Amino acid sequence: MDLILSSIEILARWDVLLALLAGSVGGVLIGAIPGVGPAVAIAILLPATFSMDPIVGLTVLLGIYGSSMYGGSIPAILINTPGTAVNALTTYDGYPMTTRGEARRALSLAYSASFFGGIFSVICLILFAPILAKIAPMFGSREIFLAALLGLLLVVVAHRGQALIAAALACFGIFLNTVGLEPVKYTKRFTFDQSWLSGGVNLIVVVLGLFALSQAFYLLTGEDEKVRMTKLRGGLFQGLRELARHPRVAGVSGTFGVLMGMIPGVGEFTAQFLSYTYAQKTSKRPQDFGHGSSEGLIAAETANNAVPAAAMVPLLALGIPGEALTAMMLSVFYVHNVVPGPQLFQNDMDFVVALYLALLLLNILVLVFLLFATNQLIKVVKIPNRFLGAAILVLSFVGVYSLRNSFTDCLIAACFGIFGFVLKRLSIPAVPIILGMVLGGIMEVKLRAGMARVKTFPDFFKDGRGDDTSLRPIAVILFIMIIGVLIIHFRRVWLDRKELKEAKWSTKHASTNFGMHLSRRKDYLLRERGRKVREKHLKYNPRSTGKR
Amino acid sequence: MSSLEEKRFPGPLRGQILFAIVFLVAAVLLLSQLGDQTKWMKRTKFFAQPRFWPMISITGMVIFGGLHLWKLPRRRFVRADVVEWRVWFFAIEWVLWFLLYVILVPIIGYLPVTMVFMPLLVWRMGYHNKRMMWVSVGFGVAVVLFFKAFLDVKIPGGALYEYLPGALRSFFILNF
Repeated sequence: MDLILSSIEILARWDVLLALLAGSVGGVLIGAIPGVGPAVAIAILLPATFSMDPIVGLTVLLGIYGSSMYGGSIPAILINTPGTAVNALTTYDGYPMTTRGEARRALSLAYSASFFGGIFSVICLILFAPILAKIAPMFGSREIFLAALLGLLLVVVAHRGQALIAAALACFGIFLNTVGLEPVKYTKRFTFDQSWLSGGVNLIVVVLGLFALSQAFYLLTGEDEKVRMTKLRGGLFQGLRELARHPRVAGVSGTFGVLMGMIPGVGEFTAQFLSYTYAQKTSKRPQDFGHGSSEGLIAAETANNAVPAAAMVPLLALGIPGEALTAMMLSVFYVHNVVPGPQLFQNDMDFVVALYLALLLLNILVLVFLLFATNQLIKVVKIPNRFLGAAILVLSFVGVYSLRNSFTDCLIAACFGIFGFVLKRLSIPAVPIILGMVLGGIMEVKLRAGMARVKTFPDFFKDGRGDDTSLRPIAVILFIMIIGVLIIHFRRVWLDRKELKEAKWSTKHASTNFGMHLSRRKDYLLRERGRKVREKHLKYNPRSTGKR
Repeated sequence: MSSLEEKRFPGPLRGQILFAIVFLVAAVLLLSQLGDQTKWMKRTKFFAQPRFWPMISITGMVIFGGLHLWKLPRRRFVRADVVEWRVWFFAIEWVLWFLLYVILVPIIGYLPVTMVFMPLLVWRMGYHNKRMMWVSVGFGVAVVLFFKAFLDVKIPGGALYEYLPGALRSFFILNF
């Protein structure tokens, strides 16, 4: 109880509450505009939060992170365009409901499911926090190295069909982090004797280039989309009642969201996929999924909103971000010399609980805001894309230039902007670069520290303090998980290849080709056999040819 | 390679080949510079070597980048690739706009440059009506007021502000 009270004390400041309000309302607005998204907004606002108190800065960013998915459901339901990437599944059942005149019901249900997901995950994590506080100190350098490696591996394998390029880009991110003065031996790495490279490549500059500027270039080169908006009439309160009729779907989806959110690199998409599949398989009307099923909408929205709070667990407990948004938030911690990790859980548990309470409050604020302001809010969907591009370009300047007032930073950000633009055009993920940069730095430091007393490979999993050579259970578990992830990935690749081969042969064109190939092969074998028989015949009856 | 693999490829195929080649060539070039740009220290463990992580990361870039190129469903250039490269090339225009904005702000000042830059960019985008012009000016002013005056982000006052009379000069430097 004391812990909760001291956490409330941290939050009970006008600047924190104002930041929470601004973050949550801003997040909903940003989420509701297709083409902007929380990553762009957080990247732009990041340098501005450096001058604030850590709790104020983090509350703004948390507000945007936690509320953007609420806003993202509005265009997903009304115009079949997800406001944020994670609202893509919402379009499956939300838009069909709109087409049959149930837009109000769909929106209300989406808000209620999102609210349930958000609240459910925060309550789970507040209850889970004391256990986490006991487990977190068991993570030493080796465990954190392995957890970071596992996070990076999961990010790579999560990009199904693009794992190779995702791995290459993650390596590129690790490389970017190594550029500059090496912190232990003070040797230069890949600076090419350029003074502007001695300080290394700034994470914020890369983030702004890859997420904000690239999005601006993408929108500026694109076309405006014509939006036909459905008018909403009546209140939006009936969704809570309808949600109460599906407690099982909501509960299971929330649990998937919490579990997937806690694993670095997995996140919303896997949580949504699992929840949606579960809801469809256990539904009495599975045929409605994809055609306006309320259960489908609940599963999608509950799962994605349960993730943000859970995603803070690896960040706060181990200092390991699981996705781009939490990686950006990590830089706020570093700027204020607040080092997330086991020590934070041991020494500043009230700070951690305060962040969770902020998330709880945020969900209430957003729900109230949306219930009363949706009719006005849907107008932001109509903002033309190219105007948004111009706006993001101007806003990106604030983000990059306010860091160090450096033209070089802006030039580097512009280069990464073009790189990110190319990646966007090719549908190649940019997230592995950011996570490579952040997790690469963590892995370098932790591996160096962890290997100091390690002589052989098995020593890595032993305590090794004096005569004590007991196993480090978490290190062993993490190592087994890494091996498990690799085995599952390679098995999936093998199955995909097998399926592709089968699919190739099952087409008419392929079977005709195969038939022709068999026919040619048969002719060839018959010809060869004839030749051999003739040769054999010649060998035993040499005169027979002479007569012919 | 069959068209089935092309159909199943996650994302568009246009431009992929050039990206993969450029990425691989860049990675190979970086690998060739590894010995020159990093140091190998004596009496230092393998994992603590300054060269260790650059070596791991660049080798990873070469291997995975190479495998990505090898696994592309189409490894030849077609007309669609050229169209895509043109799109990439013409995006440089927006980079130039951005850099021009960056150059002008410390000279002329954040508020005046933003108030002119935003409508100019909007005009270039093809919005030629008065309403959009005013909206863009308003947006520019709002951005400056929010970030510079309200949030107090570190953007220096324009060199031209120095010519403003007494109190107005410091007011402009502080807020705009």
